[in-house]
Amino acid sequence: MYRILKREQLNETVVRMELEAPLVARKALAGQFVILRADARGERIPLTIAQTDAKRGTVAVIFQVVGAATMALGAKREGEAIADLVGPLGNPTEVEGLKKVAVIGGGVGCAIALPVAKRLFELGADVTSIVGFRTAELVILEREFRAVSRRMILTTDDGTCGEKGNVCAPLGRLLKEGERFDAVFAVGPLVMMKYVAETTRPYQIKTVASMNPIMIDGTGMCGCCRITVGGEMKFACVDGPDFDAHLVDFDEAMGRLRTYTAFEAQARERNCNLFRKEVK
Amino acid sequence: MPNFNMTEKRHTMSVQDPSERRSNFREVVLGYDDEAAISEAKRCIQCKTRSCTRGCPVGVKIPEFLSLVAEGKFEEAYKVIEQDSALPAVCGRVCPQETQCEGKCTRGIKGEPVGIGYLERFVADRHMASGRAEERPRSNGHKVAVVGSGPAGLSCAGDLAKRGYEVTIFEALHLAGGVLVYGIPEFRLPKAIVRREVEALADLGVRIVTNAVVGKSLTVGELLGEYGFEAVFLGTGAGLPRFMNIPGENAKGVFSANEYLTRINLMKAYEEDAATPIFPARRAVVVGGGNVAMDAARCARRMGAEVTVVYRRSEAELPARREEVVHAREEGIIFRFLANPTEILTDGEGNVTGVKCVEMELGEPDASGRRRPVPKAGSAFELEADCVIMALGTSPNPLIGRSTAGLTVKPHGEIFADEGGQTSLEGVFAGGDAVTGSATVILAMGAGKRAAEAIDAYISSRRS
Repeated sequence: MYRILKREQLNETVVRMELEAPLVARKALAGQFVILRADARGERIPLTIAQTDAKRGTVAVIFQVVGAATMALGAKREGEAIADLVGPLGNPTEVEGLKKVAVIGGGVGCAIALPVAKRLFELGADVTSIVGFRTAELVILEREFRAVSRRMILTTDDGTCGEKGNVCAPLGRLLKEGERFDAVFAVGPLVMMKYVAETTRPYQIKTVASMNPIMIDGTGMCGCCRITVGGEMKFACVDGPDFDAHLVDFDEAMGRLRTYTAFEAQARERNCNLFRKEVK
Repeated sequence: MPNFNMTEKRHTMSVQDPSERRSNFREVVLGYDDEAAISEAKRCIQCKTRSCTRGCPVGVKIPEFLSLVAEGKFEEAYKVIEQDSALPAVCGRVCPQETQCEGKCTRGIKGEPVGIGYLERFVADRHMASGRAEERPRSNGHKVAVVGSGPAGLSCAGDLAKRGYEVTIFEALHLAGGVLVYGIPEFRLPKAIVRREVEALADLGVRIVTNAVVGKSLTVGELLGEYGFEAVFLGTGAGLPRFMNIPGENAKGVFSANEYLTRINLMKAYEEDAATPIFPARRAVVVGGGNVAMDAARCARRMGAEVTVVYRRSEAELPARREEVVHAREEGIIFRFLANPTEILTDGEGNVTGVKCVEMELGEPDASGRRRPVPKAGSAFELEADCVIMALGTSPNPLIGRSTAGLTVKPHGEIFADEGGQTSLEGVFAGGDAVTGSATVILAMGAGKRAAEAIDAYISSRRS
């Protein structure tokens, strides 16, 4: 069992949890993920590691309660334990030798973008962070991003906080003004990463997307997480999760992510009812 | 002179009716009772050739165990099987007996071979039901790590534990058993049996650590270094599923058999209110002809789909166990032999709508000795489908090779190992699908057993 040492509600639907996992904490590097199960009959949920404390033997994950599985996980309280946690899986983000970078985060993806920005900052890189949310109430980790960035730009779709619009606008502006980066890291919804890739493509700037397809084992067995990169089949769990954003077939990835939409909707409904009953 | 049973036909095992079983996941074959078992065992004429034993990859002393069953000494029979096979209840159910022991049986020359697989299963089930616990051997103080808890790892761990080694198994998934729990379906191998086999190892003192990915959470180097294991056995099994490299393979509704079966078996997607989603296929096409293809087809059938198996060779070349093919047919699964997909057809939203295939004919024999299928010109046809399951085998898991310096792997990723499992690294042994590529449970078990012997010899030689 893996104990929850700390649980924080970052906004209405986003939760941060610190979990006891010494084996994982010893090894985890920015960009890697864990797979966890809330309960013995639960689904396996892949989540990128948001923070690691090797000394205390803990890892933190940040997730949005969207479906039945994350709902069950989100319902766990501090001091309780989850059934399973395995990792660190996937390859760490390649950060060596980068002097000037932009880290782009979208929504809950910012939780995964932050450790990458932090790692680059610690290595002495000049970090520009551009983080976007739908609206002011959903903004998370603003202070944390500022602490590891030379320049930090916040956007909201509705303009209730920071710049109005999405993350691609300020990124495009900077590039147009002649700003150049050794690499751009994009972490967020597929559609955001797709447009970040389109924004940087004319400038031929290395752009890395952190892919988050559906997974089961996460160790190269099930083949569920396959995506097309440069016309080749790749498995996100063992070949990624980071890939060259200019080569990823995002449209196909978006389609595959919807494979179980109908099932998910039913399961969510079922779990909602379950939790409602428990509250009564 | 013992009274042999000279009936040409074997005792059949009762099975669940096809019309009933095609909508449930309960075991299909129901087993012998004592009387049938004794009578069937008497069909063995104790011939001197012992060809059955030679046909068994682990060399189970079949005539000996059969003669004990014939005398009604079931527990003694179990002890005989156990000397050579670590998982009798499993092998009795999943071994391709028709090409191994039973394929060599003298009785099969005129009539049906003795039901060796059925009897192995009977003896093992009877032993399990008796609830006899294994006696824990005295520790010899030497520590061995086993990576992976599939058939290779379980048999290696069991043999080492019986010799007094302190064995720890590291399993990447949340449950031990490897392909026995994520791959082979409940209706062919009840998970309670796998659980009891794993518990039997725990009785022997084997420690099982789940959620530990060697190559990620831990490395082989660390196991041999700071963790203090004197030897490591790698039984990491089948890895990345193979695909055909045809258009449409990443469409919604195309799955590897590994994914489809893992959702159903490991994640119990067939149970009502299961947390793990499963694609609600109406018409499924399964590509391949091995046991995994049969398992996927029969699972899809039970989940409510009309199922067609597409295989590029003819029925005679089907690598699956014959019994599975018979059962699949009885359950209403359709076979399209000498056919091969060339494209998966999709609608505007990326959903599977069908499979474009081409008819094949058998040409000259290939490297495997089987006649190579070649496409027939102008024979394209289409099958309607909303789901395609690819059961084309796997390449070995890449994680260990990538994370272990000095470990030699072959071009396709198989770990290089000799007959006893010795790899290119001292103290590191390997066996099963990780070494051979996709094969059978019994071959993996045999490799695990041989490696246990080699590990014992290796550690003993270091001691002196």
